[in-house]
Amino acid sequence: MANIKTSEKKSKAQSMGMHTEVLTGRTQQKFFNPDEAENFYYFGTYDVDFNKRTDLDVMNMSAPEANKEIDNLMSQGYGTIVIKNPQGKHSLGVGILNKLNLIFEGSLGYFGMGSCDGPIVRINGRVGWSCAENLMAGKVVIEKNAGSCFGAAIRGGDLICKGSVGARTGIDMKGGTIIIGGDAGAFTGFMMQRGRIIILGDVGINLGDSMYDGTIFVGGEIGSYGSDAVDAELTSSDQDWLRRKLKVAEIGEDFDISKMKKIVAGKKLWNYDNLEPTEKKGAI
Amino acid sequence: MCGIAGLIHRGKSSNVGSELQGMLQALKHRGEDSTGYALYGDTDGKNFIMRFKVGENVGEGSSSVMEDVSVYDERKKIVDQTLSEMGAKIVKEERTLPYSLRYEVDYETKDLLDFSQRIESIPGVEILSMGKSLEVIKDLGNAKMVCDRYSLDKLVGTHAIGHARMATESGVDIKSAHPFWGYPFSDVSVVHNGQLTNYWNNRRVLENKGMRFMSECDSELIAVYIAQKMREGASLEEGMKDSLTGLDGVFTYFVATKDSLGMAKDTMAAKPLVLYESDDLVAMGSEEIAIRSVLPHEIDTYDPFDGEVKVWQI
Repeated sequence: MANIKTSEKKSKAQSMGMHTEVLTGRTQQKFFNPDEAENFYYFGTYDVDFNKRTDLDVMNMSAPEANKEIDNLMSQGYGTIVIKNPQGKHSLGVGILNKLNLIFEGSLGYFGMGSCDGPIVRINGRVGWSCAENLMAGKVVIEKNAGSCFGAAIRGGDLICKGSVGARTGIDMKGGTIIIGGDAGAFTGFMMQRGRIIILGDVGINLGDSMYDGTIFVGGEIGSYGSDAVDAELTSSDQDWLRRKLKVAEIGEDFDISKMKKIVAGKKLWNYDNLEPTEKKGAI
Repeated sequence: MCGIAGLIHRGKSSNVGSELQGMLQALKHRGEDSTGYALYGDTDGKNFIMRFKVGENVGEGSSSVMEDVSVYDERKKIVDQTLSEMGAKIVKEERTLPYSLRYEVDYETKDLLDFSQRIESIPGVEILSMGKSLEVIKDLGNAKMVCDRYSLDKLVGTHAIGHARMATESGVDIKSAHPFWGYPFSDVSVVHNGQLTNYWNNRRVLENKGMRFMSECDSELIAVYIAQKMREGASLEEGMKDSLTGLDGVFTYFVATKDSLGMAKDTMAAKPLVLYESDDLVAMGSEEIAIRSVLPHEIDTYDPFDGEVKVWQI
């Protein structure tokens, strides 16, 4: 079992009740032992060739059938798959843990591209609620609009919508970047914990409500600030980063980045201590 | 989790019964305890169309109490007699099911309040809709079952709204099914997806103003609330905008009148809605697959934002 050593160096975080832990011990060492690389296996992944391309018409398939077929094609080494006639079906392209070029010729319904780790996806249409929920890595580009809860709880990767998005974009996000070319609805960045959101257009009420950390950049008007969301200075390094990201996202070429607003957590809602729940009971 | 759908053709008529059936059937996974249609058909506009029920569907899954069909016959007789006493002439009569009837009535009035109160004072009788164009048809089961039962696929008109219901806070019966008629206004109907949390407070106020509630379904409040606002002189759009603050909870709802269709979304944007808008057609639903059933080709759709109200004319 891993030993937990507490760092002796005092920090501001510690003074606020948090502490830093360094994980050591046999289990940790063994897990990260490079000599045993052959033991590392990511379930459901395949070696694919990006130059090996195929089309898949899902018009008459259910979502599970379509997802199974995508998996089957990856297992045959196809690295570029074009999905025809998605017809707004729900839950298409979920759980892809592979490097893959995936192109949708049409729109997706709810929960499209959920829980993915690695694919590069282009959707030449619109997406419904909760697109790319829990995305861990990769890039998802939506050419039109997106529904609510866009990029909910993403951990990493780039999620780009060239149109407008609904409410609660980036709710509970824990990393990665969300880029919106148009407007965003109410409660954008609600309870976000890390990562960055860029909105070139206007944003609705309660922006960044109860955000714990992370950064939101807004190019247009803000309906209202949520609880504990505050303005911060837009630095030159912020502007450099924004310029790079927008270039990669292929949107906002002529956008005046210097006029963007930067919103961060005021951290007045931070209320952490180092007591375990059982210890809290005793303290009360 | 219920599903709502609606469409309006601008400048032309279409087979709205069949189109709405397709949209609601695509949403059946959101609830199939009951399904309801509010269809605005092409009519000559001379007579009122009264859809009413004299009993409940007591089939499988129903929360209603079984009654003998003779009771329905007795209630129908009293309705006929009451209409005669009020000077209303039944021009055409259809009895689709033992408990469900459609009358075309020749009746000269602008205020349907007294008319409706007298008809609904008959125990077990409820007017589902009253109007020169509107017909509300609702029953237990999914969209196709209800459509087949009432032969709705042939109905031609300009616009329609509908609802696929998963019963939560009230019973599985016709009286709790949507759409709700905007009593006592001719040709006004409402469907709703969501929950209202100040239902009883609003209901008490509205009942004191003479409005009636036939069920304990919170969605009925929207129809009555809008109707009351219109009674006080507000336009449909004004009434809907007022509802954003007057109604508490999460909601997306549609209201339709003889020549218009409107949508409203609460300020939290907690309930889904996808919208397609072109010069000749507006189609909307809880999910894009509903719209896809009438527009299978690639289209541009979007989610209306929080606190948004929109109204379209035919």
